[in-house]
Amino acid sequence: MATTAVESKPPAPVTPHKVKKNALSDGQGRLAGILLSPTMAVIVVVVGIPIILAIRESFFFKNEGVDPNTGKIDATSRFVGLDNFTAIFENQNIVNALWGSMPRFWNAFINTTMFTIVCVILETVLGVAMALIMAKAFRGRGIVRAGILVPWAIPTIVSALMWKLIFNEAGVMNRILGRQFLWLADNSSSFVAIVIADVWKTAPFIGLLTLAGLQTIPAEVYEAAKVDGASAIQQFFQITLPMVKPTLVVAVLFRALDTMRMFDLPWGMIGSGKYSVETLSVFAYLEANATRYGPAAAYSIVLFLYIVLVAFLFVRMLGADVVGDESVKRTKAAKGRKKLKPSITSGAMP
Amino acid sequence: MTTSAVEPAHLTQAEVAALAKPKKSPKVLIGMIASYVGMALIVLYCILPFYWMIVSSLRLPTMGRSTDFLPRPMSFENFQGVFSGNNNFGRALINSLLVSGITTLLTLFIGIVAAYALARLRFKFKGIVLAIIIATSMFPGITLLIPLLKMFSGSYPWFPYWIDTYRAMILPSLSFALPLAVWNLTAFFRQLPVELEQAAMVDGCTPGQAFTKVILPLAAPGVFTTAIITFIAAWNEFIIALTFGRSPSVMTATVAISKFTGTTGFDTPYGTIMAAGVIVTVPLLIAVLIFQRRIVAGLTAGGVK
Repeated sequence: MATTAVESKPPAPVTPHKVKKNALSDGQGRLAGILLSPTMAVIVVVVGIPIILAIRESFFFKNEGVDPNTGKIDATSRFVGLDNFTAIFENQNIVNALWGSMPRFWNAFINTTMFTIVCVILETVLGVAMALIMAKAFRGRGIVRAGILVPWAIPTIVSALMWKLIFNEAGVMNRILGRQFLWLADNSSSFVAIVIADVWKTAPFIGLLTLAGLQTIPAEVYEAAKVDGASAIQQFFQITLPMVKPTLVVAVLFRALDTMRMFDLPWGMIGSGKYSVETLSVFAYLEANATRYGPAAAYSIVLFLYIVLVAFLFVRMLGADVVGDESVKRTKAAKGRKKLKPSITSGAMP
Repeated sequence: MTTSAVEPAHLTQAEVAALAKPKKSPKVLIGMIASYVGMALIVLYCILPFYWMIVSSLRLPTMGRSTDFLPRPMSFENFQGVFSGNNNFGRALINSLLVSGITTLLTLFIGIVAAYALARLRFKFKGIVLAIIIATSMFPGITLLIPLLKMFSGSYPWFPYWIDTYRAMILPSLSFALPLAVWNLTAFFRQLPVELEQAAMVDGCTPGQAFTKVILPLAAPGVFTTAIITFIAAWNEFIIALTFGRSPSVMTATVAISKFTGTTGFDTPYGTIMAAGVIVTVPLLIAVLIFQRRIVAGLTAGGVK
């Protein structure tokens, strides 16, 4: 279940060396166990059991037709091994959308990937720009912050319907552009419309997170750079970007994972069964609703593995520090350096 | 800023102070103006589409797709329309309130103790526990929904029929609400100085007492912020409610709005949909505007969603 990359690092043994008896920290393991058990129980029930069932389901296929023995409609399913997965690679269920004619699964897969790449890049660029502007602000930051929370607070499905009205063929977007795009007609414009709606909703959010990162950069660094004659562009690429990177990478990672499971926007704006904007989530949902649980579970597991892969790449290549727990980091660092001397901090409470 | 205009003969104290400040060069001034223009652009970018929703909700129901930038004539008929007929929107609002309220309360009860353990206690496998919680928050909802749909719709003999119940919506909602809350709360608890509990424990409190008597009251703002963020996330939830709450008696507001389409006449009732959207959003926006400072602190501490 929890096979993301963060876990692939070795578990953190808290006592790499002998710790003296400590009245404050003794028995904490047991207490922690008690305190964490409700959360862990919930995670097992709402995530653990479903994922096991999903994996089991993906190996089955619903029998169709009438049971010859009883004459009733056959509602059972039979074990088909990896057939649901291998079926993905067979040329069946061909649809013709933005990326040429291909199986419906791959169309959804490419849609998901393209949405993620395009949306996340645009959101990051816009979000960083917003953060830079807000960081420069002397006054009125409160108003901007309030404004930025508006897209975040609107339910995605409501924003989808709002953009549906804006992108109507007789709507305000076409009036402003002075053109007649058929935004909602299941074509490449629909793809663009979804990107615009998604970027609108989440770019301010990246801006907010980046601003928090920007504010941790000490002003002295910029002053020193100015003394050394660095231009504004040099300052941005040499100071701002590297120093805001830890915050930004985590924000971008979470956005990417969120975009990969996009459902509400295509569903609410364009509708179901529209191949040019159909994401893996939508496709799997439709399959499950048609009681084809086996293939649906297989698709959703592929999506899950895809998300795990992306998270893993982010953590490995960009060093996204998603855990962010000081004591865990410390023990890891200590382990990495093979420290033999007990550190000062390890005796105290974390 | 207009210090250059003063005559040097008789200076008041304020003017001396103004002169003592470093003069703003034109370059800085341009920078300031640019930053204000930039901020105005950001606000417009965020507000304008929402403005369109409000404007469209204030038109006459027959003018749903008008592209007039102002509602002329202004009318509240759409807002009446939302609650009329077989939309069942009042019921949907109550359902939303129930589902997201109970989800938030459950999440807080379970999450606070877990977050405290993660923030304060020293134990084995902390890294793994944190990783599991993050992994849960990254989980694609659809992977959980498919087996849950089969489970709740009575396909397994060992599980009762749960479709169209509140619990079928609340329980899966915990899968995204709980990691979010634990994450936020852990960040808040970490900000409180450890010395507080240590002092309490030196004075004879058990760790449990130190938590309930010292930490919890101090963490109240953090708990409150987490409650708002969790509530908003649960209120905005769509796919779980769409899957498990199908009958009008349990349908939540977000699902009800999406079902407005096509129920009346041939033309999509945009005015009604926008009015419903405004009704669903405005209470959240008011809360967000009041508590914006806290929410931003919570969001940036959590970094999730």
